[in-house]
Amino acid sequence: MSFNNLDTLYRQVIMDHYKNPRNKGTLEDESLTIDMNNPTCGDRIQLHLQIENGKVEDAKFEGEGCSISMSSASMMTQAIKGKSTEQALKMSKFFSNMMLGQEEETDDLDLGDIEALQGVAKFPARIKCATLAWKAMEKGMDNKEE
Amino acid sequence: MDVKAVRQLFPILDQEVNGHPLVYLDSSATSQKPLTVINALEDYYKLDNSNVHRGVHTLGTRATDKYEGARDKVRKFINASSVQEVIFTRGTTTAINTVAYSYRSKLSEGDEIVITPMEHHSNIIPWQQTAKATGATLKYIPLQEDGTISLDEVKATISDKTKIVAMMHVSNVLGTVNPVKEVAKIAHQHGAVMLVDGAQSVPHMKVDVQDLDCDFYAFSGHKMCGPTGIGVLYGKKQLLENMEPVEFGGEMIDFVNLYDSTWKELPWKFEGGTPIIAGAIGLGAAIDFLTEIGLDEIEAHEHKIVTYALQELRTIDGISIYGPEQRAGLITFNLDDVHPHDTATVLDADGIAVRAGHHCAQPLMKWLDVTATARASFYLYNTEDDVDRLVAGLNKAKEYFGDVF
Repeated sequence: MSFNNLDTLYRQVIMDHYKNPRNKGTLEDESLTIDMNNPTCGDRIQLHLQIENGKVEDAKFEGEGCSISMSSASMMTQAIKGKSTEQALKMSKFFSNMMLGQEEETDDLDLGDIEALQGVAKFPARIKCATLAWKAMEKGMDNKEE
Repeated sequence: MDVKAVRQLFPILDQEVNGHPLVYLDSSATSQKPLTVINALEDYYKLDNSNVHRGVHTLGTRATDKYEGARDKVRKFINASSVQEVIFTRGTTTAINTVAYSYRSKLSEGDEIVITPMEHHSNIIPWQQTAKATGATLKYIPLQEDGTISLDEVKATISDKTKIVAMMHVSNVLGTVNPVKEVAKIAHQHGAVMLVDGAQSVPHMKVDVQDLDCDFYAFSGHKMCGPTGIGVLYGKKQLLENMEPVEFGGEMIDFVNLYDSTWKELPWKFEGGTPIIAGAIGLGAAIDFLTEIGLDEIEAHEHKIVTYALQELRTIDGISIYGPEQRAGLITFNLDDVHPHDTATVLDADGIAVRAGHHCAQPLMKWLDVTATARASFYLYNTEDDVDRLVAGLNKAKEYFGDVF
């Protein structure tokens, strides 16, 4: 039986992040904690961000969910660590557009593994899984600015 | 029942999804619609469309006759004693909310509302809100280990303070068939009324509201081959007569004065606004369809399929199946190391539609100690072949995810 179609969604690198999530855990106090869930399916994430002088010094997450939501969280924390909040939000915008199947110039962004999730755009029912962690990050940045 | 012939009546089943013939195993979420129901809707809009209960003209009379004719079909279908006891609603949720909201004026601090942790959100939240608004206490009948309800626990939970007992007839997650008739008897011994959520029972088995002696019975059209947007609240006449409507406006009034109004008689006092005319007519057509095949035949067919499915699914290593041995036509399960969303995506790639998630039953998911599950639910058009395709798909999901673990 062919798995070609599924391989568009479940790339090796995604499975690797799912199996061996990076930045899983919590951060000490002084960090931002954002809880977010997907009420339609029950996936949930708790994201911890340590932001200092406009820079994401550290990012960790805990949560429960499918391979797409958990690998996306893992990739995201990896990608935004050490970046400015501005760059992190730019990445988030890029990610949202990627989920809509739109491609953009990314020369100034160090995307790490997150482009592996490109195939999710072809599975509309799974887009919300992929964007959960990014939504949590955006919410955290919003609260930080206020 | 000739399932091949039945399948011919459902045009949607004759299609390929992702390059594979569709296997639809999500009827507990919503059932597919036979051609007769689709045609009834089309005919109504093409030939008879008009507002009901007010037209002097011919179309108005035709629409009214069809709409009220559908009410009588519902009455017969559930054996209500009068059409006055059959209220059309938007669905089960609206039906339960109508009772929960109307009973706010009858409840006060110290009163108790009794439900179970296996309920669908639509039979939990209306009672939470009513409890908060009135100061009444919400109590839960604890579940047995196998996901059933014991009458001893029912007796221990219901007290003379209990005013309402609300319970699903069939669980949309566990497949448990609850002893609602016996529970209604216990509720009545304490002077409480009994509401039954029949969303998962009416489509699949004969329901006789007089035999069950429940006070309210709620169900949805779209899970029983009818259209979305139509449902039914059955209520005993003397109770409905003593309840205030919850929606006010056109259609439900008798006399309207500047500062006060009076209500129409039952059932219309609970049907404010232009009713769901096409939906009711479509539901009537669905009832004709189900009656012609026979609910006993349908139940027997589903029992055969679910028994086969249980047997076949149990051959898969690392599968967890939830719910009791004796169950309605659905199976909720998880595969070790594969999240149910991933399971559902792998199955969908093979044209197999199952539900994945919390099934609008978060408290029950907590009780099961899972965040989500996958569910295959069966109806009169499902076959053993469908089960075989499901099992092959699940083995594929295991293989696919097993490779990376």
